[in-house]
Amino acid sequence: MIEATYKRPESLAKREFSYCPGCHHGIIHRLVAETIDELNIREKTLMVAPVGCSVFAYEFFDVDGTVAPHGRAPAVATGMKRSLPDRVVFTYQGDGDLAAIGTAEIIHAANRGEKITTIFVNNAIYGMTGGQMAPTTLLGMKTTTSPYGRKSETEGFPLHVSELLKETAGIIYLERVAVSSPQEVRKAKAAIKKAFTVQLRGLGFAMVEVLSTCPTNWGLSPVESIKWLNENMKKEYPLGVFVDKVGDLK
Amino acid sequence: MAEKVMVKGNEAMAEAAVRAGCRLYFGYPITPQSEFTEYMARRMPQVNGVFLQSESEVAAVNMVYGAACTGNRVMTSTSSPGFSLMQEGVSYIAGAMLPAVFVNVVRGGPGLGDIQPAQSDYFQATKGGAHGDYHLIVLAPGSIQESVDLMEDAFRMADEYRMPVLILADGMLGQMMEPVEFPEFVKLEGINDHSAWALRGATGRNANKVTSFDIDPVNLEKMNMLIQEIYKRVRVREVRYEAIALEDAEYMLVGYGTMGRILGSVVKLARNKGIKVGLFRPITLWPFPYAELKKAAQGVKTILTVEMSTGQMVEDVRLAVEGSVPVEFYGRTGGMVPTPDEVLAELLKHV
Repeated sequence: MIEATYKRPESLAKREFSYCPGCHHGIIHRLVAETIDELNIREKTLMVAPVGCSVFAYEFFDVDGTVAPHGRAPAVATGMKRSLPDRVVFTYQGDGDLAAIGTAEIIHAANRGEKITTIFVNNAIYGMTGGQMAPTTLLGMKTTTSPYGRKSETEGFPLHVSELLKETAGIIYLERVAVSSPQEVRKAKAAIKKAFTVQLRGLGFAMVEVLSTCPTNWGLSPVESIKWLNENMKKEYPLGVFVDKVGDLK
Repeated sequence: MAEKVMVKGNEAMAEAAVRAGCRLYFGYPITPQSEFTEYMARRMPQVNGVFLQSESEVAAVNMVYGAACTGNRVMTSTSSPGFSLMQEGVSYIAGAMLPAVFVNVVRGGPGLGDIQPAQSDYFQATKGGAHGDYHLIVLAPGSIQESVDLMEDAFRMADEYRMPVLILADGMLGQMMEPVEFPEFVKLEGINDHSAWALRGATGRNANKVTSFDIDPVNLEKMNMLIQEIYKRVRVREVRYEAIALEDAEYMLVGYGTMGRILGSVVKLARNKGIKVGLFRPITLWPFPYAELKKAAQGVKTILTVEMSTGQMVEDVRLAVEGSVPVEFYGRTGGMVPTPDEVLAELLKHV
């Protein structure tokens, strides 16, 4: 009898992901699902999917879920959590969703100390709509709406959401991670687990920003994408803990 | 029988919502409905309810969406520009088949307009203010007492049909004071059991999903047609109107809400002059009482529709009578409220 050592997490639905090869959404989904399994909260978790590539996320997680209007996931999650304070509520949002159209909702949810968890996936581009410029797009980066490369004179600068949010008093835990190597995946998992634990203990708002690739819209192979992320994204968006008001939660 | 108390319209509607079992309120201040939000801020903590002032109407409507996903009674209130901001969320709530109650205390528009009573949001309320094939049930009270009485119906309909219900008031109803008798507190047990679909955590069951989204047009059409089936039931069961002095009427006034009430005075003035005038006051603006109005208009020489707008509901009045009776219109806009004498003078032009 061979014991299975690597299984699909219970909290992931038995469906195929709709994500492109080399995209990091799949890894991040798995880390969130493993966390929900390990904390044994699948049956009391409500999730809010965004609009964008992860619009189907509410189908990929085997928990009660909905999909919010573009950018509004933190407001939807707020309504859920205020209605059912003993449930676990999380949003899963990309950078087009959270850092552009949804800036008001994320800032105010964080500042209210809303007892929800946000997983923020930043790949510096709009994926679902076909590779347009996002607020997070790097300077010089070519997208379908910055075809000559993003220029600060006309398109402004890459928006650092975690750096912005760390100033809001209601935020308890905030870390930027990546999933480009096995070591980083382990660190990301620990961060995600901590962000959910903060909510379980009723402490306030917690967010994990995860740097992700978009091979399709970056026009790179999956391997080249990881290299590009490591060499460029991490310079603009350095990894690290921005807020930790709880310390070791174990 | 409960005692009558003197109360402002906005506060009366808020108290009625609490008595109807609403324990979740999300809102944003805007004149002339701010007393509604302020009342809820005081009242909700007293009944172990939730009051939250959102950062915008956009956030408020999405908080309503989130709370409605859990199947608990939830509402917001706003005024015209605020309801415009909420339209995106209203469309999602309608598409996701969620029960929620809205109050729009209408003010003069378009744009920033003013803060005086108006009825210029009729199109937005009844013809779909946002994208997609959807409707709200729209209730138009003519007095503060009626707005209180309709509140329980609003929550009942939202729960029963799993759709958004709008109480379309105006700045006059929101701001004036009248003696009101409040109903008893509703007992919710067994009324709104939404456990089959609501998001409360998948304990011992498959995960529930609430969405207005389906990437496959075949499925989306099915979803839309399911909603249309519900609308058919609403049209059959929920149409409401008031008919006054129509039995022998030669002329028919049509108006809703505050205007409908003013038209009641016009009927008396005209009858005193020996003119046989009656009033048809739609209470449900959606579903609109088309058949009932057409029947009431039989034998009438002329219909005069009066609105605090440049003419919106009058289109439904014309649709109702299908050319069988001439339909005239009189309206004031921008927050101006027609007086009974003014309407009577207009009516006399058509007699």
